[in-house]
Amino acid sequence: MAAHPKRLILVAALMVATGGLTASGSAGVQVSGTERPAPARIISLVPALTEMLFAIGAGPQVIAVSSYDNFPAEVKALPKVGALLDPDTERILSLRPDLVITYGSQGELESQFARAGIRTFSYRHGGVPIVLETLRALGAATGHAVEADRTAREIQAQLDDIRARVRGRARPRTLLVFDRQPQSLQQMYVSGGVGFLHEMLEIAGGSNVFADVRREAVQPSHELLIVRAPEIILEVRAAGLLAADDVRRERGVWSALGSVPAIRNGRILFLSGDYLVVPGPRVAQATAAFARALHPEAFR
Amino acid sequence: MTTSESALPRVAREHRPLRARLAVTLAGYGALALAVCLLAPLVGSTSISLARVFDRSIPFADNVDAQIFFVARLPRVLAGAMVGAALASAGVVLQALLRNPLATPFTLGVSAGSALGAMLAISLGATVTLGPLSSVLASFAGASLAAAIVYGLATRPGRAMSTSVLLLAGVTLNSFFSALILFVQYMADFSEVYLAVRWLMGDLDVGSLGPIAAALPLVLAAFAIFAILPSSLNLLSVGADTAAARGVDVARTQRLAFLSSALATSAAVSLAGPIGFVGIVVPHLVRLMVGADHRIVLPASALFGAAFLVACDLVARTLLAPIEIPVGIVTAVLGGPFFLWLLIRRG
Repeated sequence: MAAHPKRLILVAALMVATGGLTASGSAGVQVSGTERPAPARIISLVPALTEMLFAIGAGPQVIAVSSYDNFPAEVKALPKVGALLDPDTERILSLRPDLVITYGSQGELESQFARAGIRTFSYRHGGVPIVLETLRALGAATGHAVEADRTAREIQAQLDDIRARVRGRARPRTLLVFDRQPQSLQQMYVSGGVGFLHEMLEIAGGSNVFADVRREAVQPSHELLIVRAPEIILEVRAAGLLAADDVRRERGVWSALGSVPAIRNGRILFLSGDYLVVPGPRVAQATAAFARALHPEAFR
Repeated sequence: MTTSESALPRVAREHRPLRARLAVTLAGYGALALAVCLLAPLVGSTSISLARVFDRSIPFADNVDAQIFFVARLPRVLAGAMVGAALASAGVVLQALLRNPLATPFTLGVSAGSALGAMLAISLGATVTLGPLSSVLASFAGASLAAAIVYGLATRPGRAMSTSVLLLAGVTLNSFFSALILFVQYMADFSEVYLAVRWLMGDLDVGSLGPIAAALPLVLAAFAIFAILPSSLNLLSVGADTAAARGVDVARTQRLAFLSSALATSAAVSLAGPIGFVGIVVPHLVRLMVGADHRIVLPASALFGAAFLVACDLVARTLLAPIEIPVGIVTAVLGGPFFLWLLIRRG
């Protein structure tokens, strides 16, 4: 209802929705039906994968996207056909796709498409390796294997560069907040020790204070926040969810927990941008943003 | 004349045992509530040292134990005690008013109205621009609106309230508001849906004494009215005609009962979300233990409700620590089987 990009919120919500179920190793990609000509009419219901399609050169084959898609700019002109919970099956069928990219929980939808003879590419969020694996699988499924492999290698190289820059530096104990009730420390969602946000944080040279909780999302109480005593609080939000005015106000909310080192030392950092919370081809860019926030001296 | 003459000595005869029973019951339940409220802040996912908590030589900002005690635990325990007492008492009053053992503080649409208010505040972004208090105020406004509608429908000037209209209007309003809540959620963004769904599970981790202080006057006002109701409720729960024959101003008692329970429920739900089950299970548990006299049931339920919710919240925050279970889940999961066990044992 509020006017801000919905796409990333979807991602954040998905992380929560799949929390605890999707460990990084188990997340996977399944393509039904193989050994057929490259699809020419692709519909993507998953924003992260739409980004991947465009990144590997399959953009011209994409004919429709989910209602949460807004990156890259090309998708704005494409028809929107619903999303995770409300895919417009009729509309999708009427567009005569030959490949539909679905989220792993849309099993019913996938079997509907199977009955209609339409291939599906089913995906679930996982860790950073899943992003690269998915890129390559998507390349193979769309006739762009070479570009996909090149893109994956580039991302890998960028991530390796970030790792190298922060290597040997003290790893600050970091709380990574990706959602909470505005102006309050209630109903907070932070990254646990599983999933792409956690892995990005660790690559960026931070030590996740909730690394021991084997879930993607943790809802910490005030007590847990005090006890875990992070040295840095890193809040990430999709673009539009956090304006400059908000940041000043939202920073003040933390002052209730004065004993937490990050709060005493004023190390509450806010990052805002769509790319930060999408496990897509911009994952290295997002990881670099984390690393710059945690270790500015490593990027001088 | 003969009835009042014969009734008088009976009341006088019962007077002393009642006083004694009341004293014993209040002492027992009071001790239980006090013990739980004193114990709860000392226990949590982390162990803290009481000596360190009250050590004035350490500045508050450096004193982790004191921060855990005063910022994290004490507000939770106080909120739990207040909400538990309010919901349990409202349950007792409404069960008597509606003469229906299934009545809960949420039967009259108050919680659904309150939830709708909070949902709107969250999904319209009011919590972003106006702060978290906006969801508390919106939720209280929603609760008051629901109560006003039900009250307006069931009340005719100078006549007793129609309890069946009250009940049906409440149930209908609940469904109506629930549909609106689903609509608001369906139209909202995912992130807001998540915050909203979480709100519906109940949360006592209020983080400061501010919200508790804001709700306190409402709860105190409700309890001030509760205090004058029990004798009339005893007669009212037998039947409106019987009560009227015994000199109870039925219309006035009903209105006071409705308004006070709506007030207590609104305040509780605005503070902590619609925590279910306390309002139905606590009154029945207490009745199974102390009998049906509202002069005893009402205060005992308030005390037991406080103890019950604080204990449930203790379980919620320690059982799976560092993962916390929403307290509304704990109240139902613990309260349900316990209640059934007591029911079968008594039966």
